[in-house]
Amino acid sequence: MNTTTKLIAIAAVSTLFACAPQPEAHLYDAEAAAEALPDFAEDTPAYLQSEIGDRVHFAVDQSTLSGEARSTLVAQARWMTTYPRFSAVIEGHADERGTREYNLALGARRASAVRDFLVSHGVADSRLETVTYGKERPVALCASESCYADNRRSVTVVNAGGAGPDVIGADTGGLETASFDVSG
Amino acid sequence: MIRLLAACLMTLSMAWPAAAQSAGPLRIEITEGIIEPLPVAVPTFLSETPGAARIARSIERLLIADLVGTQLFREVPKDAHIQSIDTFDAPVRFPDWKAVNAQALVVGSVSLSGRDQVVVRFRLYDVFSEREFGASLQFAAPADNWRRIAHKVADTVYSRITGETGYFDSRVVFVSETGPKNRRRKRLAIMDYDGANTQFLTGDNNDIVLAPRFSPDGSWLLYTSYRTGSPRAHILNIDDARPRLLDASIGNMTFSPRFAPDGRTVVFSVEQGGNTDIWRMNVDGSNKQRLTLHPAIDTAPSFSPDGSRIVFESDRSGTQQIYIMSASGNLPRRISFGPGRYGTPVWSPNGDYIAFTKQNRGRFHIGVMRIDGSEERLLTASFLDEGPTWSPNGRVLMFARGTAGVNGGFSIYSVDISGRNLKRVPTPAGASDPAWSPLRN
Repeated sequence: MNTTTKLIAIAAVSTLFACAPQPEAHLYDAEAAAEALPDFAEDTPAYLQSEIGDRVHFAVDQSTLSGEARSTLVAQARWMTTYPRFSAVIEGHADERGTREYNLALGARRASAVRDFLVSHGVADSRLETVTYGKERPVALCASESCYADNRRSVTVVNAGGAGPDVIGADTGGLETASFDVSG
Repeated sequence: MIRLLAACLMTLSMAWPAAAQSAGPLRIEITEGIIEPLPVAVPTFLSETPGAARIARSIERLLIADLVGTQLFREVPKDAHIQSIDTFDAPVRFPDWKAVNAQALVVGSVSLSGRDQVVVRFRLYDVFSEREFGASLQFAAPADNWRRIAHKVADTVYSRITGETGYFDSRVVFVSETGPKNRRRKRLAIMDYDGANTQFLTGDNNDIVLAPRFSPDGSWLLYTSYRTGSPRAHILNIDDARPRLLDASIGNMTFSPRFAPDGRTVVFSVEQGGNTDIWRMNVDGSNKQRLTLHPAIDTAPSFSPDGSRIVFESDRSGTQQIYIMSASGNLPRRISFGPGRYGTPVWSPNGDYIAFTKQNRGRFHIGVMRIDGSEERLLTASFLDEGPTWSPNGRVLMFARGTAGVNGGFSIYSVDISGRNLKRVPTPAGASDPAWSPLRN
């Protein structure tokens, strides 16, 4: 694993756990440092899920990607282009505070926003599928904004060898490198 | 599936509207808003053959439950009755019924014939006019279907007195829900309008099924299923309950399908590249036509009863609002302008109202408005009310009400379009996405 990727992993983990200490603190905190270390080989879907973060969140009735979401997706794109044998289904979800049909359409919008971002960061379109679950599959069940916020999400579900390798030329190294910038 | 042979032995089709017009006091004008329910006396239904007493009592009770359940009628208690009706043809002593304040009197008799056929005869009397109100009627059906006979008697009484068609002999298809919120299991199920006779139409598997809608003849359902891994519009015949993909040649996902009044055309939402638009096509997949072409979400289409227009929801203004366009997609015009968001519009069977779900200030409402958007009226308010469906006569709405939190779940409720008579429809498990059938034949 190269240094840049490690930094991404740490950044992604710290964004996942909002209460986690700042990345600097990991150097001095053995427990936090252990938490930040990947438990999975980098070339497994579990790595993307646990170390990069498989999901991004959205504001109420929105499908625009926040800065935090873009950071996660940059790392996802990096991982996808590094391991071209994987394909992914991007699930779009909505919270329960909407009507069923609209939330299906909203989930589709969110999944599509993520797919478009990954494609623009070098992942071949053919490796990505989208599906909306609307409000059918919440992860957080309480009736407060914190739970609703967890449920307004997209989840990148990686499956091994689904769609074959990238189309040559679609994943250009140049595009990958140019867009690989977590500071943005 | 069981089928009812409802034999209407004495033709009444032309007889009762005339009777209703000359009815005098025995008349409920629903449009004026009912304050005082009309008192109806229903003496114990007569048993005319050995063994018919039990089913006679059941039919009589269900008839009363149907009528009283509308809150347009109340029953005159049997212990107040003065005249004892001993035979179907016994002369009615009207003063005895006036004395107990009955305005309508229903006399019924039940007999069992060969092969478990049950035959019900009944007469409706206008007590104050001292005459029979419409011709006597007879319904026959297999004994298993006694509930349908009772509903048919109730529909006849209701329609004679209100001048409108009834809604008791009808069914509701819905999504039965079990299991925790994050792993909810959903199955299509069908029940009588009053919650009786629930049957499942799809299996207990990991499929997610959503928003079933009846064909105009009540024998087919359109709905959305995840059987193929993503949401796709499906069609199912109620008799064989075999799900079939409606059409998979367009879009990544298709949902919110609904029949046109002709029963051959369907409208539905098609998702392509993150954008959802409305399409129409024939049920067999031919003649596809895109009706909206807009980067906004356009979904939840519903035809006007004459098939000339479509009401739908769109967030093209920035929030969910209701629009009406022609059946070919022309001239979309926004009709909802109140505060909040409006979705799931459904055109009433009489063509006069649009029912909708409204979200405002964190609450959900079921409401109705005229088709020009005027006279908006909110009928309910709760944490989550959504997805209205019209009774066949356009007087009642059913919808799904969800409760909050970890143990939250859905139930089906009904409410009159006057806003009165809100009640939960009994279902064996959680239930959502109700769709009311047309009146059965």
